[in-house]
Amino acid sequence: MAETVSLEIDGQQVVVEQGTSLLDAARQIGKDIPTVCYHTATTSNGLCRLCVVEVEGQRLLQPACIVKAAADMKVQTRSERVTRARKTILEMLASTMDLSEASEVLRMMEDYGAVPARFPATARREAVVKDDNPMYIRDYAKCLLCWRCVQVCADDAQYTFAINFSGRGYETQIATFFDRSIPETTCVLCGQCVGVCPTGALKAKREYLLERGMSPEEIGVLSSGKKQRREKRN
Amino acid sequence: MLADQERAGLRREIEPFVALGRSGLLPALYAAQQLHGWLSEPVVAAIAAALRVPLADVHGVIEFYTLFHNKPVGKRILSVCTDLACALRGGDGVLEHLCRAHHVRPGQTSADGGITIQSTPCLGLCEQAPVALVNDQAETHIDVANDSYELGRPRSIVGGPLRLLTANCGHGTTSLQGHGEYSAFKKALAMKPEAVVAEIKAAGLVGRGGAAFPTGVKWAGAASADGLPKYVVCNADESEPGTFKDRVLLIDDPHSLIEGMLIAGYAIGAERGYIYLRGEYPYILPVLESALAEARSAGLLGTSLQGSGFCFDIEIRLGAGAYICGEETALFESIEGKRGFPRVKPPFPTTYGLFGKPTVINNVETLFNVPLIIQRGAAEYRRIGTEKSPGSKLFCVSGDAGRPGVYEVPFGITLRELLDLADGVAEGRPLKAVLFGGAAGAFATSAHLDVKLTFEDLRAAGLPLGSGVVMVFDDRRDLRDLLARLGRFFAHESCGKCYPCQLGTQRQKEVLERIAAGNPLRGDPERLQDVGWTMTDASLCGLGQTAATAVLSAIQLWPDLFRPGRSPVQDSGRGRAKASPPPRRQPRKKTKPGISRRLAKKTIARRSRAGASATRSAARKPAARRPRADQKKVRRSQ
Repeated sequence: MAETVSLEIDGQQVVVEQGTSLLDAARQIGKDIPTVCYHTATTSNGLCRLCVVEVEGQRLLQPACIVKAAADMKVQTRSERVTRARKTILEMLASTMDLSEASEVLRMMEDYGAVPARFPATARREAVVKDDNPMYIRDYAKCLLCWRCVQVCADDAQYTFAINFSGRGYETQIATFFDRSIPETTCVLCGQCVGVCPTGALKAKREYLLERGMSPEEIGVLSSGKKQRREKRN
Repeated sequence: MLADQERAGLRREIEPFVALGRSGLLPALYAAQQLHGWLSEPVVAAIAAALRVPLADVHGVIEFYTLFHNKPVGKRILSVCTDLACALRGGDGVLEHLCRAHHVRPGQTSADGGITIQSTPCLGLCEQAPVALVNDQAETHIDVANDSYELGRPRSIVGGPLRLLTANCGHGTTSLQGHGEYSAFKKALAMKPEAVVAEIKAAGLVGRGGAAFPTGVKWAGAASADGLPKYVVCNADESEPGTFKDRVLLIDDPHSLIEGMLIAGYAIGAERGYIYLRGEYPYILPVLESALAEARSAGLLGTSLQGSGFCFDIEIRLGAGAYICGEETALFESIEGKRGFPRVKPPFPTTYGLFGKPTVINNVETLFNVPLIIQRGAAEYRRIGTEKSPGSKLFCVSGDAGRPGVYEVPFGITLRELLDLADGVAEGRPLKAVLFGGAAGAFATSAHLDVKLTFEDLRAAGLPLGSGVVMVFDDRRDLRDLLARLGRFFAHESCGKCYPCQLGTQRQKEVLERIAAGNPLRGDPERLQDVGWTMTDASLCGLGQTAATAVLSAIQLWPDLFRPGRSPVQDSGRGRAKASPPPRRQPRKKTKPGISRRLAKKTIARRSRAGASATRSAARKPAARRPRADQKKVRRSQ
């Protein structure tokens, strides 16, 4: 029998297994703490800071996806400091990149009353869509820098290490070695990165082309010419 | 692809680092960069293959650090500081003047590839502003109007009533002989390691890098932690704008640092130490290397030291242009050959530090206190300072102070007394504000002049002691310009990992720049507060957590600064150089190379014969700040 821990979340007593994160502990009582960078298949880095909660006795807000429940902890998941931080982070995201396909983030913005136009006259992240391989496109104007793609390509899953970062700070971007095209890297087109991308930044090429109004037949011709050859044989 | 000869040449340069694998990446990149001045794609691919590091990872590392170049740069790289203290002395004008003289724009390389001129964040030479770095050499006291500057070993300007930490500072590099052959280390070796830790605890020493964590507690934690090997790391990445004390300590008295690290290693059971030196102090590297060689020759580093079983040696690692690498866990990442992203804490370095092993990481000044404490004993050490803030502290006074420099004072003197030591405000002008603690600090006004400089008193007054920065601003200064520079600094240095800081420092910069331009938008003070408090409350590391402290304190003190209806920042507030373009800079009278070092050596020999007390009384008055007529125009070589 695993040891349990008893703590208080938003005034409610909760008993959880030892080693449970505050995020999971809250979910056990139906409280959904918002997250962006968190994913069950990747190492938690606690970098988006959307999941921060207020823990009594701690000077700073704590990332719920990382901090483990401890005996007699008193946690507030929506205190004034927490909501101010979440709302501001969301507003800053809205002023930085294209959130049109980040449905979860858009929902959070509604929940926290975030004003998309709060920060006018900002340097936005613009990018040209990178379409350099048969399997997926990269639209970094939509990239949230959640790190998940880099992680699954590295030691969280694939050990392929095809992508990393360029720049620093606000100018950070996901990049390949000297900006080489995907076929020139170690990428094996496994699709793991596309699978964990929370926005439309990484998208299957087929989906991308369908969205642009191409028909499945046209895409078939484009991709391999197999369809054409099949028709000729008949 | 590299030609065979090129490949062989490169291999020779990086050979010493290949065995280190990933951890050898930054040294290997530095060595390779020396060959052509920059890192081309085939060179980087060869390094990645030799060290067995994924290509994309190596690319990511180069992109993170400003001192690595993956595009061609000039043979000479002239980096002009335009941060706070240099801005007050016309740093912008120096940049402008030099760009005009060499026909390039800031950040650009000349057509013939001879020179790149760029602005750079604080170079740690604030008391000698305005300054620049030319490849590995420092240019200080740049005087555009008279077309002169000082080149070579920067001066050490030390003042204050105490000379405990700065006993060997102010007269060139102190040799091993001049230092005294590590008597405190020898005394420690005769004690049990636990007793050494206990003595540091009893002395009440706390960290001097800004976080002020109790050093004895840190050492005890590492000593009792599981895991081998353990490490001692010296954080010599001094990059907080307005801080230059570690620079002076390192260049004038490297042996005190080595001795402090030896004692720490002995206390916690570590055999390896690292000194992480910021890349913008390249002129200190040869001084440290010489001192380590001296110590090894004298059997004070290496194996079976002083006949005991204790072994300890030290490796130097050079930073590559990232203020964030002064954060302890980001520093570890850097030594490990990665981008300088801070780690989540807990776990703390004492249990999971460098290479995941128990590590003690201390600031340079903190380690200088260690031999003092062991030599004198905790009780004697505590006779200076206050009950809660024992010992002495180095303050870095710069800006509009009468005599900028490093001042060693006992904890407990007031801000007024410290400013008096530094000759008050230059030209007797009224004081407008003092920035405490650096860019990550807060503003004080004349209302705070009688606050005692102790941890407890400053905390009560809502001011951070930080690394000891005391930057003075007179009544002429437009603080909006300073705030915009602070904003640019943090945006430039944010690592980009966590959202509050990656986004917040950029948003903060944008608002501060509008305010400095006289165009604030409605709601800007509220934007600054929301962004500021979000960064303070929710950032992953100390950089983001303190990026808004100065701004938030300014909003409290001078709310009108942030409201519309003001004209943009005027030139006089920035301290620009004179308008008329001066003639192209010419080298002036050159002294014989090495003369300063020979003179310094003579002086040290004379002083050690005379005895320590003579040194202390002689060093009581700081060197005159204003250079003599002949000194000003001389370009001093090392």
